[in-house]
Amino acid sequence: MHATRTQPCSAAEITLIALAFGLSAAILVVPLLLIFAFALREGLGVYLANIVEPNTLHAIGLTVLTALIVVPINIVVGICVAWLVTRFKFPGRQVLITIIELPAAVSPIVAGVVYLFLYGGQGLLGPTLQGAGIQLMFTTTAIVLVSLFVTAPFVARELIPLMQQQGTEDEEAALSLGANGWQMFWFVTLPNIRWAILYGAILTNARVMGEFGAVSVVSGSIRGQTNTLPLQISQLFNDFNVTGAFAASSTLAFMAVLTLLLKSTLEARGGWR
Amino acid sequence: MHKLLAVAAAVFTLGTPAFAQPTDILNASYDIARELFEAQNAAYAASGATVTVNQSHAGTSTQARAILEGLAADVVTFNQVTDIARLVEGGVVSEDWASEFPNNAAPFYSFPAFLVRAGNPKGISDWGDLAGDGVQVIFPNPKTSGNGRYTYLAARAWAVEEYAGDEAQIEAFLTKLFANVPVFETGGRAATTAFTERQLGDVLVTFEAEVLSVRNQLGADNYEAVIPSVSFLSEFPVAIVDKVVDARGSRDLAKAYLDFLFSPAGQEVAAANFHRVRDETVAAAHAADFPEVRLVTIEDAFGGWDKASEEHFADGGLLDRVFLNQ
Repeated sequence: MHATRTQPCSAAEITLIALAFGLSAAILVVPLLLIFAFALREGLGVYLANIVEPNTLHAIGLTVLTALIVVPINIVVGICVAWLVTRFKFPGRQVLITIIELPAAVSPIVAGVVYLFLYGGQGLLGPTLQGAGIQLMFTTTAIVLVSLFVTAPFVARELIPLMQQQGTEDEEAALSLGANGWQMFWFVTLPNIRWAILYGAILTNARVMGEFGAVSVVSGSIRGQTNTLPLQISQLFNDFNVTGAFAASSTLAFMAVLTLLLKSTLEARGGWR
Repeated sequence: MHKLLAVAAAVFTLGTPAFAQPTDILNASYDIARELFEAQNAAYAASGATVTVNQSHAGTSTQARAILEGLAADVVTFNQVTDIARLVEGGVVSEDWASEFPNNAAPFYSFPAFLVRAGNPKGISDWGDLAGDGVQVIFPNPKTSGNGRYTYLAARAWAVEEYAGDEAQIEAFLTKLFANVPVFETGGRAATTAFTERQLGDVLVTFEAEVLSVRNQLGADNYEAVIPSVSFLSEFPVAIVDKVVDARGSRDLAKAYLDFLFSPAGQEVAAANFHRVRDETVAAAHAADFPEVRLVTIEDAFGGWDKASEEHFADGGLLDRVFLNQ
């Protein structure tokens, strides 16, 4: 714990603090509250009716399902990759690190189009797959694939700097004391990186649930089938159903708040780093 | 929970074509047809059909591209034939699609008309008024939107008559008209929301069906519909996507659904949703809702879609001369 000053503040400090709170309120809090205000403006009954509307309900389910598939895969792959590039020296290591970062630098719409050109009916692999009776694009599978792509760097990128900084001494000590590889990972490595994993998972989750660009290219926007929440919100808004759009938005905002609460709770229980 | 399981099942089967007789079909439709097909599908279910009709809505060029890339749409209900032509070129729709259903396979039609704000403050009554000084016009980009292309053709058809075919005057009028558009949205519904939600412009040019529907939804005391002296026949064609129905074994379902759109019940739904229909009984029953209007056709005024596409919409065509020359 570092010492925190609790002395009375000077006028300049108070102004700065007020400015910080004011700006946060204007930029972050007010829009968030507005979502709920608009969603509830026709009353709780209309709000609930909009949420249990079958297509919106399906969009919520699909968004959660996508996150449930993508986040665990990204955690496992992220740990493997971070382990590989921080614990071993091999030719092409730097190239690998750059490649992992690539999806974060590419615009999501490009990611979607690239997948379409790979797996679409006129794409590179699409005709072969279709010949085998496999249709990837415009299905849930396509949504999961592009979500994996756009969030691929998130866990690894949290882990790599941390694992580089921590070095290998703890792990070497564990091994020299007779731990096997699995024990070393479970009792030494994992506890050191668990917060970074959690943070990466939260970033991944937020991005998967909110992704619009890449998903819109490969989803086909079939209502009640391949519409994720962001697509559903955009369509409701274009349908002049503003209350419906904000009701759906509020579920997305609610999930985001829930994720953050979960993070804070876990941090409070575990002690930060 | 059941929904999640169903979705999970869909993931693991990778969307493999069903071997059993399908119980659902997908209708890929244009952007502003959402309300129309919601009503059509409800009426279709009420008529005793047990099939589930799923809907996908986007600009028809986007839809055509998606279908060519593998979107498994059993039927398309578009607002223009050019994008069905792309499906024919791609080999997924048969060449004689237009003769598979009555009226060139167009169950309903509309035409570009005007929506103005209450009281019509700029006094807009015909195409010439749109090129006036200080008038702001909203319509979607003709490069990306069928709706916008129809607007261009309608304005041009009016100008050809007005200026007795004098190309210099026609182009001057169209250039002025395009210069009056503050922002070109990519689709019909985006143009509508620019006009209604963002309060841009003095007049929205879009299909009469959209004009009347917006006036109906947002209040006749806020908006007025204006029907110009002449406009351009915009037929909304439908087609079976042969490649998809053959793979899924859903041809009968697809055909029955499209047949319904031509039936008196389907025509009634279309008319109630502000689309003009060919069924004489239904059209007569709704005559009071639809004022008389003179419509020119693509064949009469522009020598057919192929010729029009080449002359007007190809890169460097007549559209570019008035659109880019600003």
